[in-house]
Amino acid sequence: MGGPAGKCYNISSHVLTPHSSPLRTAVFSAEFLSIVLLSLKVSATAVLLSSALGIPMGTWLGLARHPAASLVRWCTQVGMALPPVVVGLALYLLFSRSGPLGDWGWLFTPRAMIVAQTILALPFVVGITAGAIRSVPDQLPEQLRGLGASARQARRTVVFEARHGLGLAVAAAFGRSLSEVGAVLIVGGNIAGHTRVLTTAIVLETSQGRFEWALALGGVLLGLAGLANACIVLFQRGQHGGP
Amino acid sequence: MARESTGNSHASPPLWRVERLAYAYGKTVALDVERLSVRRGRLLCLLGPTGAGKSTLLRLLAGTAVPSRGRIDVGSARPEKANGAPSVAMVYQQPLPLRRSVAENVAYGLKLKRLPRREIETRVEHWLQQLRLAELASRRADRLSGGQLTLLAIARALAIEPEVLLLDEPTANLDPGRVELVEQVVRAEVNRRDCTVVWTTHNLFQARRIADDVALLLGGACIEQADGRTFFDSPADERTKAFLNGDLIY
Amino acid sequence: MMFRGWTGAIVAVVLLASCRSDTSAHSTKTLTLATTTSTRDSGLLDLLVPLFEEKTGITVKVIAVGTGQALELGRRGDADVLLTHAKAAEEQFIAEGHGQRRIEVMFNDFVLLGAKSDPAEVKGITDIASAMQAIAQRKSTFVSRGDRSGTHMKERELWQAAGVEPDGDWYLETGSGMAATLRVAGEKGAYVLSDRSTFLAHRKQLDLEIVCEGDPRLRNIYAVMAVHPSRHPQVDIEAARQWIDFLLSDETQRRIARFGLKEYGQPLFFVESASADQSGT
Repeated sequence: MGGPAGKCYNISSHVLTPHSSPLRTAVFSAEFLSIVLLSLKVSATAVLLSSALGIPMGTWLGLARHPAASLVRWCTQVGMALPPVVVGLALYLLFSRSGPLGDWGWLFTPRAMIVAQTILALPFVVGITAGAIRSVPDQLPEQLRGLGASARQARRTVVFEARHGLGLAVAAAFGRSLSEVGAVLIVGGNIAGHTRVLTTAIVLETSQGRFEWALALGGVLLGLAGLANACIVLFQRGQHGGP
Repeated sequence: MARESTGNSHASPPLWRVERLAYAYGKTVALDVERLSVRRGRLLCLLGPTGAGKSTLLRLLAGTAVPSRGRIDVGSARPEKANGAPSVAMVYQQPLPLRRSVAENVAYGLKLKRLPRREIETRVEHWLQQLRLAELASRRADRLSGGQLTLLAIARALAIEPEVLLLDEPTANLDPGRVELVEQVVRAEVNRRDCTVVWTTHNLFQARRIADDVALLLGGACIEQADGRTFFDSPADERTKAFLNGDLIY
Repeated sequence: MMFRGWTGAIVAVVLLASCRSDTSAHSTKTLTLATTTSTRDSGLLDLLVPLFEEKTGITVKVIAVGTGQALELGRRGDADVLLTHAKAAEEQFIAEGHGQRRIEVMFNDFVLLGAKSDPAEVKGITDIASAMQAIAQRKSTFVSRGDRSGTHMKERELWQAAGVEPDGDWYLETGSGMAATLRVAGEKGAYVLSDRSTFLAHRKQLDLEIVCEGDPRLRNIYAVMAVHPSRHPQVDIEAARQWIDFLLSDETQRRIARFGLKEYGQPLFFVESASADQSGT
């Protein structure tokens, strides 16, 4: 079973050979690996994008004093409560071939999933970054000016002082996008070998009653989230000096 | 820029001249100084009780606050400097540490000036030693005691070797041994580099120990400014006399 | 703003990187197949798709959803070809001009499943409408897909034939695929309508058995339709045709007819074509 192409149908063919295919060999199968790698690729790209956009926005928000900031802050809070399936649905309609961006051909591709994850992670990055920036004492920029820093340099130092919070923002974004299932299921379609990631694979395996599989995938998901957080903690420990 | 040609040949040329300078938060006038001058290469003590406007004046001199009225003229700028603005470092009354090591806090201003690494290391080491912080060099600055933090703040300001050093009650929270240390180090730096220091204090005796010039601030106004000897020996204003006698005039 | 430089740089790099990986993906042709969960859950597509990919070099993206949603994907032009099993809905799809032609590929049948205890005493009833009536009268728990899938549409049709409007605590809608719904029914010891292939594939893990089968109304026909290119110009009609030709080829039809024989001792799907060898090994 599984076909001569043999590239990635091991998990599914498990249905038909429930007792003959040991879990251990399948864990190292190409399909399993492709699921893990795609999960990482989608989440890492989404985190990179949402951080690149969200950290500057959060910094601005954390330092801003004018009235527009409270509106943005409110938007951020709403954004954190954004239901992933609603984002998924909106993007589905946007990227559908009969939707406004249908010509891009992004529906059911990892790209659409990255867009969804970026949107979902962005409010967290902005909110946590802003909080971290606000936790730096108000007086600090002025005192840094007193040490010869320009306004720009002082701002950079404030951001650097908030680096623990920024690490948290990135970790939260990664955790959220790695464990999110609703939006990627809708815009990705859970296509084997193309858009199947850890979470959507777990949903599928559970619905098929292959709990040992679902658990194995869940273990990997947990491990990756833990590993990512450990990396960030190490990064923060190792970080000295800077602007 | 006004350039002052002083008639008094003994006096140092003024670095800053303050004229009709006022600062208000909302409707509360914190400071309204008619005249004040800061002379190059001298230690000026801004004397006065809490709330007299000393800190506000320092912030205006540092340029981190903008006056509501009036201006600060740069006096005799050094000819080699194009814009004439002197380099300034300020130590705040409640200094904030950067969440880094003590040594990195001292290196901060030097890195901004893009000094060579060796130069930074030498200066950091020098100033940590001067302020007896050498053993704490690798300690996290945000875990220092209040007194240590004040010394660190002074070290990181002095390390920059600014033309003007502004110190806001630098010894208010220090034990006597450290007060003496700070006074010595700052005094020595004025003598060594001919830099200018503006030092606020509410302590009459401290002003007497360290000041080249003294200005008395009361209720946001500058009552009297003179060189140290004139100020203490023959004060002109009645309020200065009363202040020196320890009468409650505020 | 201090970040403008590196923010722009990162965004540009990421977009470029994802562009590159995407163009490489486009160099191989892909076919988007929207199909019912039963073809996936039975394992049939795991057999057929690799064969097709090897033969044509076209990559197949399988989106396994209920028939209703599969038809909707076709209506929006988000799929190139559909493999579904709800005749009336499919004919409407063609009538609306979304599909080119409805071609029957294979069939099997639906079965009514229930717990061994058979609380509604359905066993022995051969008429499916009467069996459904018995369940409704006893208010025995019945689990429905509730997702406008082919199976769900068939179930609605059977309720109608039975003259029952199912409603109440005993009637549960899962809104999930066939395998998930079977699990719910198994856990609850409830009655459920399933296609035979999915049931057979999952029988070992389920405490369910067939309580009614063989009624002609339980016939389950799978049909393939290419999404109409004049309606949806982005559709890859060429790849869709290749898929249809592949499904209808003698070799594939034989494979479908033999599929599951070894594992379950009976085929999961049947084909009409005379050339197909239904008894092959």
